[in-house]
Amino acid sequence: MRRRIRAAVVARWWQLLGAVGLPRERWSAQPRLLRRFVLAVVWAAIALALVALWGVWKTSAIAAAAIVIFIAVPWYERLTIRGRRVGKFVVPLCVLGLAIGYPYYGTDMPQVPIFGPFPQLSTMVVMMIFTMMALGLNVVVGYAGLLDLGYVAFYAMGAYMAGWFASNQFAKQKLDLGAVGLYQGWTGFHLSIWLILPMAGIATAIVGVLIGLPTLRLRGDYLAIVTLGFGEILPQIARNGDNLFGTSFNLTNGTGGITPIDQPGFGNWAKEHLHLPAQYATAANFDAVFFWTALALVCIVVFCSMRLRDSRLGRAWIAIREDETAAAAMGVPLMRTKTWSYATGAFFGGVAGAFYASYKSGAFPDDFFFQISVFILCMVILGGMGNIWGVIFGACFLAYLDREGLSNVGTWINGHFGTHLDVPLYEFGIFGIIIVVVMLFRPEGLIPSARIAHEMHEGVHDEPLYDHEIAGA
Amino acid sequence: MPEALLQTRQLRKEFGGLVAVDDVDFTVPAGAIVSLIGPNGAGKTTFFNMLTGVYRPTAGRVEFNGEDMTGKPPHAFTHRGIGRTFQNIRLFQNMTALENVLVGMHVRLKGNLFEAILRTPRVKHEEAAARDRARELLEFSGLRRKDRELGKNLSYGDQRRLEVARALATQPKLLLLDEPTAGMNPQETADFTSFVGVLREQQGLAVLLIEHDMRVVMGVSDRVTVLDYGQKIAEGTPQEIQRNERVIEAYLGTAAVSG
Repeated sequence: MRRRIRAAVVARWWQLLGAVGLPRERWSAQPRLLRRFVLAVVWAAIALALVALWGVWKTSAIAAAAIVIFIAVPWYERLTIRGRRVGKFVVPLCVLGLAIGYPYYGTDMPQVPIFGPFPQLSTMVVMMIFTMMALGLNVVVGYAGLLDLGYVAFYAMGAYMAGWFASNQFAKQKLDLGAVGLYQGWTGFHLSIWLILPMAGIATAIVGVLIGLPTLRLRGDYLAIVTLGFGEILPQIARNGDNLFGTSFNLTNGTGGITPIDQPGFGNWAKEHLHLPAQYATAANFDAVFFWTALALVCIVVFCSMRLRDSRLGRAWIAIREDETAAAAMGVPLMRTKTWSYATGAFFGGVAGAFYASYKSGAFPDDFFFQISVFILCMVILGGMGNIWGVIFGACFLAYLDREGLSNVGTWINGHFGTHLDVPLYEFGIFGIIIVVVMLFRPEGLIPSARIAHEMHEGVHDEPLYDHEIAGA
Repeated sequence: MPEALLQTRQLRKEFGGLVAVDDVDFTVPAGAIVSLIGPNGAGKTTFFNMLTGVYRPTAGRVEFNGEDMTGKPPHAFTHRGIGRTFQNIRLFQNMTALENVLVGMHVRLKGNLFEAILRTPRVKHEEAAARDRARELLEFSGLRRKDRELGKNLSYGDQRRLEVARALATQPKLLLLDEPTAGMNPQETADFTSFVGVLREQQGLAVLLIEHDMRVVMGVSDRVTVLDYGQKIAEGTPQEIQRNERVIEAYLGTAAVSG
């Protein structure tokens, strides 16, 4: 087995050297003494580089591990245990391991050229939350091919669910279901976050279905326009919901938003018996527990996305994206199938929204502008529609740029060129340029699914053929 | 005549002022091969689209297996047992041949969203069985070892075969083929004609065929119906149609009489 690893590494290495003009034959033709000398110099240089560049053993170990994994990937992929292909899990599990450990080594990491330090933990939490949302949108846009420009409505719905059921918003009520960290004289609904997350998901999925029923009959551009409308309507309701329909019923507390929202936590029993944090707010590693929780949620979303993609429903979604008419003729009920994709996407968006609200301890209408819909759509497009890993990458990268990356880059630019640019100010311009460049040079996204890559280069076959009255039924 | 599997009564479709299909009464008996012919623009494909729920008739009824299907959505037609192919091939181009066939099985499978996420034993078993059945269908349609090819990478003839395999996956009682031999060379056409015969014999299917190639129509059909300007101008056995003067005038031309 070790021999096979070695063979794979050596083959890859000569491939690399061959590419820069030093194939194996030419190397073997050199005198032996010279070869030995060169090898010694190379190894010494690698060792010196590792120490001099980083000097931190953790980083060096991680870098070495990454290199080894990268070189051995082709070998791992064929690994099987009792006929099950476990090889494909190796790289995702390594990435997951690196992510879980991030709170321990993140601050030790060296500066990256131009981008500066590695992202802070609070940024990582936001990256994870946006990853969840992007994966949810990916079900709608990437799988079923329904362009949704109003995804922020689902995010808002989730956030307000957390606001309603874990704050003092409804002061006339008094209900406590497993909430942690309540103070004396509390009012309103206080449910445990672990109840609110699925509740928010389900409520948002229901909203998704309600929005979907009238809109999903439309095709292409028309659907995009209508979803755009809904994406504006829901945040407007949030903004003006302090006096709903003039009944002076305060649903959303208007522009002030709902705050504070209860912190997540597992309670004292779980703290004593399972060493889980009783209350995130008072935990010493506040951001780290949020990060791990978000990471766990992302894993659940990824798992569901993968299972769905390979199921009967997932095939029907892709068939609808490929050719709606043919899909209907093969017995795929268009409305029901599209509505499921909408509900699934909405569910993930709602969970992400509720989690974000409890992280920020507030749901504010200003968070739910149209830009966020476009922002999440950009993540899906940049990474590669339909591909889970691509979408995760796109979401993490753009969320990082939004929170930290751009200002770091700005500092670097100003420091090197003596300018006084406020780079984060041009954020959406820069995202626009990124999307234009991606669309010009790699329209299928950075890590595309094989299917979408074909579509982007050769188009899909889908001219509408229906009577409008039956099309959706 | 055996019991009617598919029946239309006074079926009519207007596009604005144009009457594409004009009050057509039409029957497909169970287990029969029926052809629909007519000059270009006679309304054959429009008629087809009404039989599969893609178009809603302006007036009249479509009955399948004694059930009124008028105005039902396409997937309901598929569910009751009408499978179809398209005149201009409409495969799911970027799905593999196997996946294309699996989509065809959609109405016959039950796995829902929650079962898919949990991957229950039932759905696991169902998926495995569906894959086996899909491979069988591909083999039956002459697409052995092509199951991992993307739809669009198949040759033209294979794409036609895959469309049939996909339609068969819906487990139809009636198969509607819209110009299945268009663009095929004589050898492929002959193969296809015998394949249609095999379909009826092995699977007990009724077949409704739109076709331009008279050798196919006359060779394989039990009955032929002729449409012209949306109206049914003749119906009968291939021999009767070949002798029918209105048909000759409208469509076949004098060559068919002498030839």
